[in-house]
Amino acid sequence: MIRTQRLAAGVCALLAALTAGLAFPAGAVADETTALAPKVDLVLDVSGSMRTKDIDGGTRMAAAKQAFNEVLDATPETVLLGIRTLGANYPGDDQKTGCKDTAQLYPVGQVDRTEAKAAVATLSPTGWTPIGPALLKAADDLDGGTGSKRIVLISDGEDTCAPLDPCEVAREIAAKGIGLTIDTLGLVPNTKMRQQLSCIAEATGGTYTSVEHTDELTDKVNQLVDRAADPVVTPVATEGKDSCQAAPTLKSGLYTDREEFGQERWYRVDVEPGQELRASVSVASDRAMNPDYGVLLRAVTVHGREIVRGEAAGNGRTDVVSTGLRYPKAESDDEDPPAETVCLQVTNSFSAGAGVKTTPGMPVELTVDVVDAPSQASDVASFGLGRGWWLLGLLVLVGFLAGLIWGWLSRWRVAVWRTN
Amino acid sequence: MRITRVLGGALLALGLAAGPATADSSPSASPSGDGAAPTSAGTSFRTAVEVEQGQTATASASTGDYLYWSFPADSGQRPTVKATVKLPQAHLAQTWQIDVYDGLRRRQACQYGAQTRTAAQDAAAVELACVLRTVRAWSEPWANDPLPGTYYVRLTAVGLKAADLGQPVSAELRVDSKDIGGAAAVDGSLAKPLVPGIAVKSAAEDEDASATAVLSSIEPDDGWASGWWSDRWVWTAIGAILAALAGIGGYTLTRGSRRPRHVPPPPGA
Repeated sequence: MIRTQRLAAGVCALLAALTAGLAFPAGAVADETTALAPKVDLVLDVSGSMRTKDIDGGTRMAAAKQAFNEVLDATPETVLLGIRTLGANYPGDDQKTGCKDTAQLYPVGQVDRTEAKAAVATLSPTGWTPIGPALLKAADDLDGGTGSKRIVLISDGEDTCAPLDPCEVAREIAAKGIGLTIDTLGLVPNTKMRQQLSCIAEATGGTYTSVEHTDELTDKVNQLVDRAADPVVTPVATEGKDSCQAAPTLKSGLYTDREEFGQERWYRVDVEPGQELRASVSVASDRAMNPDYGVLLRAVTVHGREIVRGEAAGNGRTDVVSTGLRYPKAESDDEDPPAETVCLQVTNSFSAGAGVKTTPGMPVELTVDVVDAPSQASDVASFGLGRGWWLLGLLVLVGFLAGLIWGWLSRWRVAVWRTN
Repeated sequence: MRITRVLGGALLALGLAAGPATADSSPSASPSGDGAAPTSAGTSFRTAVEVEQGQTATASASTGDYLYWSFPADSGQRPTVKATVKLPQAHLAQTWQIDVYDGLRRRQACQYGAQTRTAAQDAAAVELACVLRTVRAWSEPWANDPLPGTYYVRLTAVGLKAADLGQPVSAELRVDSKDIGGAAAVDGSLAKPLVPGIAVKSAAEDEDASATAVLSSIEPDDGWASGWWSDRWVWTAIGAILAALAGIGGYTLTRGSRRPRHVPPPPGA
């Protein structure tokens, strides 16, 4: 079955190669085991500027091709890899058409190295730089499955398709809650492009790298593909409410949510007597924020009494602000004591200047662990034991005095006995 | 009697000598050579790369990246986190910082060490260090004391010009710890170390031991300390012995040479 599918894929790839990157019929290799597999989509800028000869004496395109060949050879078998191009097909001057120019060169799946390399070899620098639309399409390419998803964007120019801001696009993709990371690589970047690409990366928790040599490009893409292959816990999307009554009940696990500026999020956790609740929350700074911020996590009873809180505040450049709390619930003497519902409230004090979009909210990551409660401390010191020279001195002194008194007492007793 | 006295004195001296020696003889966290040191770093709490104490982790990255590692720290240890960042040949002045977070992602204070440092323009490297507080076996839920479990290290450039974004850097991280011993032995202990996802992990182990991804699978080489042993037992026991010997000494002193001088010898002796 797979063999025939491979064959079909091969024919398709050949066709695609001949027609220089026309849209590819998706779903060449599908397998049940691939549902959990990590997916990577390499998005390559094939705009006209890639013709510039300034990377190790060759064109930017040549460097990218060489890097892709090496990356395809090194891709771990577990990773499902796809390639998408932007600006590869339309050489004209019409911005509207040029900004729709993005195509799937190789569908996301298990890589057939020869086919993929053949497809890459056909590319020649052509058109516009529609980063935003390409990212949207790439996110669609990666849809489905529960493994980690990563887009690696390789570009040499800033987006030429205003007003669609690729940074906003990236934030919207992240807000879909499909756990997608975008890493960006800038070839011979200028300041404006640096800012744009690093903005895209920061919006999704990815990284930005500027590249000036072919081997740097190869190493970095390899590193990113390998990073995708590392197994990682996928968080469960949840939606906190604005009051404890309506809040969703969470079990132990990892959750994600979104929180806008000044918004409150409530969650509920059931804690039985003799158990300890551990919760931590991270609120990510995924857009241009004012440099002073904070996050507050409170554990509150259903009646509104605060049990314990975790707070964090910070200043300056950051990716997340996080805090946590623990709440051990004492054992109960009752026969079958009911579990207590603890309300968790997450608030943030992030702020942004005018013109910064407030929706979608900032990514919130919440971990909840309900474990056995700790033993209570009955003393400051371990088992109430002592330590140090003062202790020894005191014990020696008291022992000595006790011996003296005991000796005198017995002498006195002997004397009394003798006189009688 | 003389023999007893000499013996007592010798024991006393021995006890005094042995006391601190025993107290300080608990092994400090020695470098563990086993297992290759990690050559990458994570980019978030979720993907933090696990590092053993005593290993030197390396990573190549870009300026502007947030690099995350995690390491285990057990009660009685005082971890020191050291990081070195090798900067590219040409760059502007930039400020680097390490932050340490505990298993609840609460920021942990550094007692001393250059946690934040600014590298001058074109400086080759910047070195950072953070000495944490001693990890306690137990603390009240309202306190922020370091507890046994996973610790996260975040290394990043906090002060950066746009022109420096994305430049290749390489980072090195090493965590060592000093064993503080019984001086930090407190009463009480956690039922489970402060390792994120431990509730999910233990539930999964009960059902199926398949290799699923966990938030943190970290554990010290020799497992987590039970919290039962501390050198306070030795100190207290030696104290008891010394007290007993001093008691015997005091008693013998009152007896003199068996017969008190002012008491006349019994008739017929």
